Amino acid sequence: MNVDDFPWMEEHHRMIREAVRGFAAGEVAPRAVALDASCEFPLDLFGKMAELGFLGIPIPEELGGAGMDTLAYVIAVEELARVDGSLALGLAAHTSLGTYPIYAFGTEEQRRRWVPRLASGKGIAAFALTEPDAGSDAQGTRTTAVQDGDGWLVNGTKFYCTNGTHASTIVFTAVTGTAPGGKKEISAFVVEKGTPGLKYGAKEVKLGMRSSDTRVLHFEDMRLPAGNLLGGPESRGAGFKKFMLTLDGGRISVGAISVGLAQGALDRAVPYSRQREAFGQAIGDLGGISARLADMAVDVHAARLMVYDAALRKDRGLPFAKQASMAKLFASEAGMRATDSAIQVLGGYGFTREYEVERMYRDAKLCEIGEGTSEIQRLVIARSLSKEFGS
Amino acid sequence: MKIAVCIKRVPDTTAKVRIAADGKTVDPAGVEWVIGPYEEIALEAALKLKEAGKAEKVTVLCLGPKEATKELRTALAMGADDAVLLVDGGGERDAAAVAGALAAEAKGLGADLLLFGWKAIDTDQASVPHLAAAILERPCVSFVTKLEAGDGRLLCHREVEGGTEALEVPLPCVLTAQKGLAEPRYASLKGIMAAKKKPLVEKPAPAAAAAVRTERLSLPPERPPGRILGQGVDAVPELVRLLRDEAKLL
Ligand SMILES: Cc1cc2nc3c(=O)[nH]c(=O)nc-3n(C[C@H](O)[C@H](O)[C@H](O)COP(=O)(O)OP(=O)(O)OC[C@H]3O[C@@H](n4cnc5c(N)ncnc54)[C@H](O)[C@@H]3O)c2cc1C
Repeated sequence: MNVDDFPWMEEHHRMIREAVRGFAAGEVAPRAVALDASCEFPLDLFGKMAELGFLGIPIPEELGGAGMDTLAYVIAVEELARVDGSLALGLAAHTSLGTYPIYAFGTEEQRRRWVPRLASGKGIAAFALTEPDAGSDAQGTRTTAVQDGDGWLVNGTKFYCTNGTHASTIVFTAVTGTAPGGKKEISAFVVEKGTPGLKYGAKEVKLGMRSSDTRVLHFEDMRLPAGNLLGGPESRGAGFKKFMLTLDGGRISVGAISVGLAQGALDRAVPYSRQREAFGQAIGDLGGISARLADMAVDVHAARLMVYDAALRKDRGLPFAKQASMAKLFASEAGMRATDSAIQVLGGYGFTREYEVERMYRDAKLCEIGEGTSEIQRLVIARSLSKEFGS
Repeated sequence: MKIAVCIKRVPDTTAKVRIAADGKTVDPAGVEWVIGPYEEIALEAALKLKEAGKAEKVTVLCLGPKEATKELRTALAMGADDAVLLVDGGGERDAAAVAGALAAEAKGLGADLLLFGWKAIDTDQASVPHLAAAILERPCVSFVTKLEAGDGRLLCHREVEGGTEALEVPLPCVLTAQKGLAEPRYASLKGIMAAKKKPLVEKPAPAAAAAVRTERLSLPPERPPGRILGQGVDAVPELVRLLRDEAKLL
């Protein structure tokens, strides 16, 4: 089904949609059901995406990326999610969470050292903020990094790290002391795969996003050189802030995953409703079903507009945190409604694996949790409102 | 060697085609347009020759509506060097008229090798390439499945009943691509960015003309509903018989 492009989009936006759609249809869609069943991480698909430049879309060419904008990146994530949510999640975690903070907050040396490898897809990136006792309340971090000679000695545990074992670099937060005022001083670090003391837990078995690699990480007396403190010595204590800024961008891509899943659900529900007959007519002409389809289309359109608007704001250098939260909140809930409706439209078929909408429904649920739950988005939005209204 | 690849803008293979009110054309509403799949194979073969150092330039050439700049940009993103769109001003144009326009342009471009897909999947005529070869008075090999460049000559393979035929053809010439010749690449994002800066020339196509006219289009008859022949091994002989005698698939 054709996605309406917006009149204000540039030619490369349409072209990236077409390029990713071609790749998704040819290489990803035929495997989505099997990957969900086997929970296998499709490393070969990451290799192919790397060759096509998908792993560094919003990163400048001189750092190995494609030099496109956030909107182009968001369209790519959306088109992948339309056929496979897990793969889209892997790309989003790699780009917005794993690579972006090094690009945005790293020192010049750190950028040169890690970004080209990641943006060109020679390595995969990950982001580890969540801990067993620090989820929504990410300031509850208990992982510690203690100065040790020239470098740092890190101990702690991170939960639910997307791309975990496949990541060549992981950015993470750790407590590096006490800030003035008694709060924890949180700093951000980069650890490379193979560093002694970096250990992985078993792969999580999940409701959805099953072929995405979600891992517990253990840092056991893990030594890091001084150069792995993200942003250099003057950035010590700024880690939490940086991760929150990273999540602002990440939320746009979770919104994009939701839009893709909702569109994927619509892609399946509409043709089915035209071809399936009950009581002598196409079910799509029955009131209850046609209303559902219309609502799905409205949800997809509204969510897409919100996500693209947040992306455009980011590209134009405008404040976008509130819009990113709103887009993520609305899109993830729209994604749940649309995938739920698609199952309903397909009836019993929709409940079975091969019709794929049940997978989309399971995948969509993650978008209401990851990178800030819906409850947290509402808090962020409300906080921003109270600031705007000056109380 | 300079290569010109002719590409046609056709409805996506998965598009549900409807006939327009005039009864003679495809209703463009809701149709997604793409480069014809055999033209994509031809383009890939041309790009391979260039990458192997056998060709210095690959130009994509299209006769079509103004909107076909989209397909040409995609071809540029895949790796073609430049593009020419002969903008169709409307009116009916038969295969000979299309071939005439493309042949003249290819000649003007100085193309040594003119590549086509063996057919455009919308009209299914498979006649433009041969007409173009005749107009240009150049040799033509159709249904090429393998292509190697030698000195001023090309070695082509084509599938024939029960085997493969190897042919040698001198340049300049016209070839048509068959499935198997090359596996079209996806446009890379670097390619998309680079395509923005590549030249795409639009010029009016010669006036339309048609000796052969389309009377009307009609959709294929509805397929009869599926039949259940029986169950298990017992049903197999009847299934095989029908596949052989009725569906003619065996
Ligand atoms: C598949 C998957 C992939 C993930 N990938 C990553 C990753 O790559 N990196 C990473 O760091 N993390 C990752 N996460 C973790 C994810 O970001 C957290 O699960 C999420 O932030 C919620 O934290 P929590 O699970 O600890 O829930 P909690 O914070 O314990 O929340 C439990 C419930 O309480 C609610 N709640 C909490 N605080 C409030 C409040 N103040 N007001 C109202 N309600 C509240 C929440 O909304 C939620 O409903 C991933 C999670 C999953 C499932």
